[in-house]
Amino acid sequence: MDSGTTGKLRGCASAPSGFCPLTRRSVTTDAASSHAENIPQEDDKPFTVRLSDESFETYELDPPPYTLETTKKELKQMYYDMVTVRRMEMAADRLYKEKKIRGFCHLSVGQEAVAVGIEHAINRQDKIITAYRCHGFALMRGGTVKSIIGELLGRREGIAYGKGGSMHMFAENFYGGNGIVGAQVPVGAGLAFAQQYNEQPNTSIVLYGDGASNQGQVFEAFNMAKLWNLPVLFGCENNKYGMGTSAARSSALTEYYKRGQYIPGLKVNGMDVLATKAAVQYSKDYAVSGKGPLVLEYVTYRYGGHSMSDPGTTYRSREEIQRMRSTHDPIAGLKQKMLEWGVTSEEELKGLDKAARAHVDAEVAEAEQMPAPENTPRNLFEDIYVRGSEPRWMRGRTVDETFYY
Amino acid sequence: MAAPRLFRPASRLLSSRLASPLRPAFGLSACAQSALRARGYASEGGVKEVTVRDALNEALAEELELNQKTFIMGEEVAQYNGAYKVTRGLLDRFGPKRVIDTPITEAGFCGIAVGAALAGLHPICEFMTFNFAMQAIDQIINSAAKTHYMSGGIQPCNITFRGPNGFAAGVAAQHSQDYSAWYGSIPGLKVVTPWSSEDAKGLLKAAIRDPNPVVVLENELLYGQAFPMSEAAQKNDFVLPIGKAKIERPGKDLTIVTLSRCVGQSLTAAAELKQKYGVDAEVINLRSIKPLDVETIIASLKKTGRLMVVESGYPMFGVSSEILALSMEYGFDYLTAPAVRVTGAEVPTPYAHGLENMAFPQEDTIVSQAAKLLRV
Repeated sequence: MDSGTTGKLRGCASAPSGFCPLTRRSVTTDAASSHAENIPQEDDKPFTVRLSDESFETYELDPPPYTLETTKKELKQMYYDMVTVRRMEMAADRLYKEKKIRGFCHLSVGQEAVAVGIEHAINRQDKIITAYRCHGFALMRGGTVKSIIGELLGRREGIAYGKGGSMHMFAENFYGGNGIVGAQVPVGAGLAFAQQYNEQPNTSIVLYGDGASNQGQVFEAFNMAKLWNLPVLFGCENNKYGMGTSAARSSALTEYYKRGQYIPGLKVNGMDVLATKAAVQYSKDYAVSGKGPLVLEYVTYRYGGHSMSDPGTTYRSREEIQRMRSTHDPIAGLKQKMLEWGVTSEEELKGLDKAARAHVDAEVAEAEQMPAPENTPRNLFEDIYVRGSEPRWMRGRTVDETFYY
Repeated sequence: MAAPRLFRPASRLLSSRLASPLRPAFGLSACAQSALRARGYASEGGVKEVTVRDALNEALAEELELNQKTFIMGEEVAQYNGAYKVTRGLLDRFGPKRVIDTPITEAGFCGIAVGAALAGLHPICEFMTFNFAMQAIDQIINSAAKTHYMSGGIQPCNITFRGPNGFAAGVAAQHSQDYSAWYGSIPGLKVVTPWSSEDAKGLLKAAIRDPNPVVVLENELLYGQAFPMSEAAQKNDFVLPIGKAKIERPGKDLTIVTLSRCVGQSLTAAAELKQKYGVDAEVINLRSIKPLDVETIIASLKKTGRLMVVESGYPMFGVSSEILALSMEYGFDYLTAPAVRVTGAEVPTPYAHGLENMAFPQEDTIVSQAAKLLRV
């Protein structure tokens, strides 16, 4: 507790933004808590948004500036992105219930501001790795709705050619999509290791849930990342429940941003896409400047169950879900602010909604029309090894089904 | 926690012939000595005697030299010069950026190495022994071996996992286990099991160059053993194909398929079989267990009609079980007697010397089993 306060107070002395909270407050999950005025007419002329003083909490770290430079264009893009992610997840929900999607399917409805805020803070040379709740990240990293939904449907033109499914999606500088809880954390530190090795001015964003934060290898990765000053931003997406176990029932210390111990931490309102962007932008600068890793905590909330088989109501109250949905929603929050600031009009937002919906619906319809992979041995056995370096053959279920490359 | 770590080979090395009393200066002096010693055995035809340890060291040095994307990380690989001195001198030569000491944190540094490979580097991840790699086997299998397939072929993982595997001398159950069958069963991995110095150098270099994750299962008991190394193998372009077995000794009466340290034991046994019974055993050194060179095994079986597999892993669900099954599938008509196997015993490795001997194939075990199979 104390160190958070200290961090913030110490930060005030040097914080350029000048906003200095006098008493310690905890990070809000209010999605509409920032302020802006004198919005320019032009779509791409920058202006400053003042973030709520409850956007961040820090641990052994000067807080990020409580201001964010943005443009009307960017705000509209963020809004469009979040609406698209949600619409895509809702489509996945429907397709799953229609039994067109198999296996596990973890949706990020409610958590959109994290994927979108991060992507708007970094560039395409930065790297991201996450766990199995990965659809939104895959989209933000350049995957198309069609290829992502196609993957869920097990189609040949899916983002992983129908081989990975919901949990395993890859794109340029996006490394999945790891299904083993916590395993992506050291792997993500390895991505940052490569960036340091290649002397690239980039960072690796590593995401894991509050459930995964208790895995031993998370701490192993923390240790080496700090030891070697890797430019990695560990980030706990704290959606309050690891499957059905609440943070308090799984973690001796639920302040996940402090769990790096010797690594400074930053807790951010992950329901506010602007705060998320500001935090990641600041953290990237920190990491790339050679100061080493940070442990971020994105405070967020998932509206749905852990996966499709979980109604999500046995371990939390319907009221809690309802409250988060109606008063803390990241999309509604940004919308409210944009209207309040005069960034956009109801009509324009409706247009964006409509465009996002039309785009997703069209891509989903196309994905549904895509063919499944042909059930051929070649499709089954391809890509176990890099092409040209395969063994001469792999065995099928019987000797007769042995496949020769 | 501390006690088992002491069983890491440092203490034993102090009494081995390689240990130098001048440990602070070990890097340089030992390197020079070793080079001199190696060259001292030169004989006609350019063949020279090289230990497996030096062959591995040479392979690492050559590949680090050739490819800037290659680096080696692991416990004690740098300043300590390698727990088994396989990485001796590499830190001095290539610097701390490419020869990296890690904390004792197998899952962590293995994951970091895998991440670096996914990002396009070519890491060599050393495990002090493969016993400790059990802490990291999830990263080897779920992150390294499967990602290329799961990504539909867009995300390769060029990484080499290496270290000593199999039983060692007097270190009891937790430090004496053969993981060939574990890794050999995983699609997406390649697994090599060198025996001689040529094997060690050629296969390790092939593993580093291969664009897939490759597990190199070395054997601690072979590190100090010297083997002749041909002139070709001494060159820096020497690689062996992964997936090709080598007939170490041709024969017509019995096929002995074996790997790693058991190759040497089988060759000794074959010589004894010849001398005692006039029997000619063909000894096949698998070199690679994934891919497995079934063609060479079956061609030999066709010639001899009898098959024996010798390995030091557990008998159940192991390498020899697999080869016997394959002989049924591909060579049943050639068999003139039931195929047999000599394996490690189904027991955690005991400490006491005599009991340990009973747990692993000895040369006389191989000879007597072969004699029984041949009814001689």
